[in-house]
Amino acid sequence: MPEKELKPEKAVIVLHSGDMDKFYSALIIGNGALAMGMEVSVYFTFWGLMRLKKGELEKGPLSRMHMLGLGKKMIEGRMKAANVASLEKLMEDFKELGGKIIACEMTMEIMGIKKEELRTDWVDDWGAVGTYIQEARDASITLFI
Amino acid sequence: MTEVEIDVRGETCPVPLVECRKALRKASPGDLVLVKGTHPASKKEIPMACEALGLEVLGIEDKEGGKEWEIKIRR
Repeated sequence: MPEKELKPEKAVIVLHSGDMDKFYSALIIGNGALAMGMEVSVYFTFWGLMRLKKGELEKGPLSRMHMLGLGKKMIEGRMKAANVASLEKLMEDFKELGGKIIACEMTMEIMGIKKEELRTDWVDDWGAVGTYIQEARDASITLFI
Repeated sequence: MTEVEIDVRGETCPVPLVECRKALRKASPGDLVLVKGTHPASKKEIPMACEALGLEVLGIEDKEGGKEWEIKIRR
């Protein structure tokens, strides 16, 4: 039986948070949706966009109980023991399965971030709210994380 | 027709699902993909993904006294 030829369903995620645990949620949901045959785009804005800066992928704090990095270290240890994939691997898989990444241009302006400071190899599109709405209007899943 | 085997034993969410999808994308129509894993939720979710993709699951087998599973899919 060939794979379905119909236009796939779509999931659109706004990643507003730069927290490590929330970034994990966004990428796990995104990769799961891709694996189950959906189209996915993740719109990186505000603190989320910080994770796209070169070398900053894994640098986000924990959303709760960060405790100056102590809580994060503990959780990282537990995640390693449970063999959880790194954010780098999840990003690579996301791109390999055709996931789309949109970077918010207004955030770049506010935070004074230049394109060359970001992982441009991952970014498919640079956009504003209209890009998100256009992506989300026919999506069956849309999330704000 | 070829048979591809992917071993995701010891891997956790979302890796088994993602690796399965990666293998299915690389396979040609008619190829068989055998997924070996241990993650309990993926044993249910890989067949769910196959159904969504319109692919046929040929078999789901428990191995090693239920600690491992094998899922065979036709691309």
